[in-house]
Amino acid sequence: MAVLEKVRDRETVAQTAEAAGDSIAFAIVGSGGAGALTAGAILLEAAGKAGWYGLMTRSVGPQIRGGEAAALISLANRPVDCPAEEYDFLVAIDWRNVDRFAKEMPLAENALAIGDPAAGEVPAIIVNTGATLAQTELKELAGAIPGGRENMIAAGIAAGLAGLPIEIVMAVIASKLESKGQGAIDASRRCLEVGMQQARAYGKSYQLRAPSTNGNGRWLITGNEAVGLGAVRGGVRFAAAYPITPATEVLEWLSPSLRKIGGALLQAEDELASINMAIGASFGGRASITATSGPGLSLMVEALGLAIASEVPIVVVDVMRGGPSTGIPTKSEQSDLNIAVYGCHGDAPHIVVAPLSVRDCLFSAQWAVYLAEAMQTAAIILSDQSIGQARALIDSPIDNGFIAERKTVKSVSEEGYNRYAFTDDNISPMAVPGLPGGQYTADGLTHSIRGLPSTKGEDHQKQLDKRRDKVEKFDYGEHWAAIEHNVRDKSPPEFNLLTWGSLAGPAREAMRLLSNEGISVKLIAMRLIAPLRKQELLTELGETARTLIVEQTHSGQFHQYLRAKCDLPGEIRHFHRPGPQPIGPKEICDQIRDWKSS
Amino acid sequence: MNVQQQPAFKAGDYKSDITPIWCPGCGDFHVLLSATKALAELGTPPEKIAVISGIGCSSRIPAYTNCYGFHGVHGRSLALGAGLKVARPDLTVMVMSGDGDGFSIGGNHFLHACRRNIDMTYIVMDNRVYGMTKGQPSPTTEPDWDSALSPGGTGLSPFHPLVIALASGANFVARSFSGNIKATTQTIVEAVRHPGFSFVEILSPCVTFRPDESSWKTQTHSASVEATDDPARAARRIMTDDGFNVGILYRGKRKPYDIHVEDTFKDPAILGEEFAV
Repeated sequence: MAVLEKVRDRETVAQTAEAAGDSIAFAIVGSGGAGALTAGAILLEAAGKAGWYGLMTRSVGPQIRGGEAAALISLANRPVDCPAEEYDFLVAIDWRNVDRFAKEMPLAENALAIGDPAAGEVPAIIVNTGATLAQTELKELAGAIPGGRENMIAAGIAAGLAGLPIEIVMAVIASKLESKGQGAIDASRRCLEVGMQQARAYGKSYQLRAPSTNGNGRWLITGNEAVGLGAVRGGVRFAAAYPITPATEVLEWLSPSLRKIGGALLQAEDELASINMAIGASFGGRASITATSGPGLSLMVEALGLAIASEVPIVVVDVMRGGPSTGIPTKSEQSDLNIAVYGCHGDAPHIVVAPLSVRDCLFSAQWAVYLAEAMQTAAIILSDQSIGQARALIDSPIDNGFIAERKTVKSVSEEGYNRYAFTDDNISPMAVPGLPGGQYTADGLTHSIRGLPSTKGEDHQKQLDKRRDKVEKFDYGEHWAAIEHNVRDKSPPEFNLLTWGSLAGPAREAMRLLSNEGISVKLIAMRLIAPLRKQELLTELGETARTLIVEQTHSGQFHQYLRAKCDLPGEIRHFHRPGPQPIGPKEICDQIRDWKSS
Repeated sequence: MNVQQQPAFKAGDYKSDITPIWCPGCGDFHVLLSATKALAELGTPPEKIAVISGIGCSSRIPAYTNCYGFHGVHGRSLALGAGLKVARPDLTVMVMSGDGDGFSIGGNHFLHACRRNIDMTYIVMDNRVYGMTKGQPSPTTEPDWDSALSPGGTGLSPFHPLVIALASGANFVARSFSGNIKATTQTIVEAVRHPGFSFVEILSPCVTFRPDESSWKTQTHSASVEATDDPARAARRIMTDDGFNVGILYRGKRKPYDIHVEDTFKDPAILGEEFAV
């Protein structure tokens, strides 16, 4: 029996038409191992089957079991690019560690918080939000069902409140529990039914408007998986791996997947080894990748310089987390920009690509492989925890057609072979081991065109010039940034919103919210961080613009990078702060509104 | 009728025209000679061989061969070689470096390369000194060897490469002396032929910073017994090793690492299917 209790009187806030049914957000929380994440994943998949879009982020502590685990889910009738800033309801399997993550799921004005009285009193941090509290005996209800589990009761409650049809949720559960037999499936159904019944008793509903599509062609994928798939689509056939949070899933996806198509993943003893393994494999002619996070990237930097100097292409994925040092492994930040761009000693031009969303992880990774191979250099993919470990319902991504194509020599004449020869496009054709007469020694020492170590100024200058020019003069097309407007006409916008990587999602959402207020905004979300497309950027910014730069770093690394490279036109404001709290659309809107009214 | 087949390659076919930077009398000249002789005997075409190294005097060796080479960063030659061999199992991969590169900065990779047992050969030219940086003690240097960096000696027990290799799971463990070209050549031939990870320590004197190592010519002596495939027996023999026994200590039977990249690939389009809702 659910007990409804209004803790505090509140004025009912008039909802905009936008919020009524076009999107909802909810959270399922519990101790690690209680099954909150499983329940969330089932509901997200069911929402996809029903035709909605959605995003699930997770908040987990460092503990393997017993820490906090929260599934934060947003569902909508359009693609969801960033976590919600307000949650409509919360189902708590228990309240342990809730203090640690309650800030990540602020409850909306008319929110509902459901907890089990057996799990103790509702914590003050929840009570103080003013949410309507509902007590439901999850444990007792689950106990009454043979094989019943609290997380499935919680799933039933959430499904009921969100309006997810039971048959669709059951279809997902049935496919997951196939191996466990009909008994387990029946128990889950009973739990769902009981949960949904409870949901009705709360007298509240957050039902989504019926989906505008039938869900055909919808994909459910994490950013980390999408990076892996994009890389393989781009031509990667070898990966080297050393586990690190939050990048491990890239490697765990690649291992069996590469095997399926004839590639291989090699587990390394450390990141010093993994990047060098990737370089060795690439020297052998195979497009290669490794994935890591900040601490691992720090260890890889010397070898990045080797790949750049010896012109052996590799791709390094950095799924950023809070830094410096061990930082906050499970939370997102954009603070590896500096090391990605400037980390190498010497002058070492290379590629830095930042995916703009979960879906864009696929595009960006595939493109990065193509760029690295085409230019025979290192490409760093700067993803982050917020998109890497987020699971999203997206439209199935078409293959963008970027396939690794390395400029190689097919045969060698009597005159011999110069590995580092100068060419019109500054890319020296590479001999792949096995080619008779193509033998050369790849070298991180400054070298002559033949590849022999050299201390001559001329060799140094010319090879540096070549490696700069091949990267600077390459045709990156329109992919350097995603550019969007919230008005149809082409007149200059009131504001430019300039950001990069995963902040594209919240920035896009902010732009959409501002259009409701009649504020014209142009979003410039940079995908290609290095080399900076300076001219293209300046053209997009326009002459007299007001530009808000948004990034998730403590020191403002992106802003400094842009300032160092070009004279930004017009008025510039800068909004930046570190993790772990994600930067949300409303915060960005507030910045623009403040500016407009000042 | 027994017809003597002409060898397809000579040692010279594996040597480049580059003059080594090594000091006159350096043991590494002999290692280069032995390696090229061994490759000629093995008969693998030079373009099917990759010689991988790190940083240091001995690590200059790839460019002195006529094989594909990679002169990488300090200490990571085994990782380069492992990645290459897994990606290109058709190639013969020889990793060649020195005691500083291999046992100090690259020490961890040595342990794991032995464990991993990828089919490749690791040759360490051990001169018990950092030569390229002008004479500092390495992990194999005697504890009382005096130097500017460690006056009076490091006082540290020297690293015992053969013990480490055996304990870590190398499938072939041998020691040779660079001055004995015939024996070194044969040891390298056997190391390359033996499946899995083969480790050869070659005592290779540094005439400039360790002139005392000229005595190695008389100090080294053939091991009194044949190689064994029993790790326990090999371990017992190492206990009585004076560091100058040369020969093959151990030929293991462990199955080499067998995950590798194939020659042909399936269409990766099949990999997207798992994400469809």
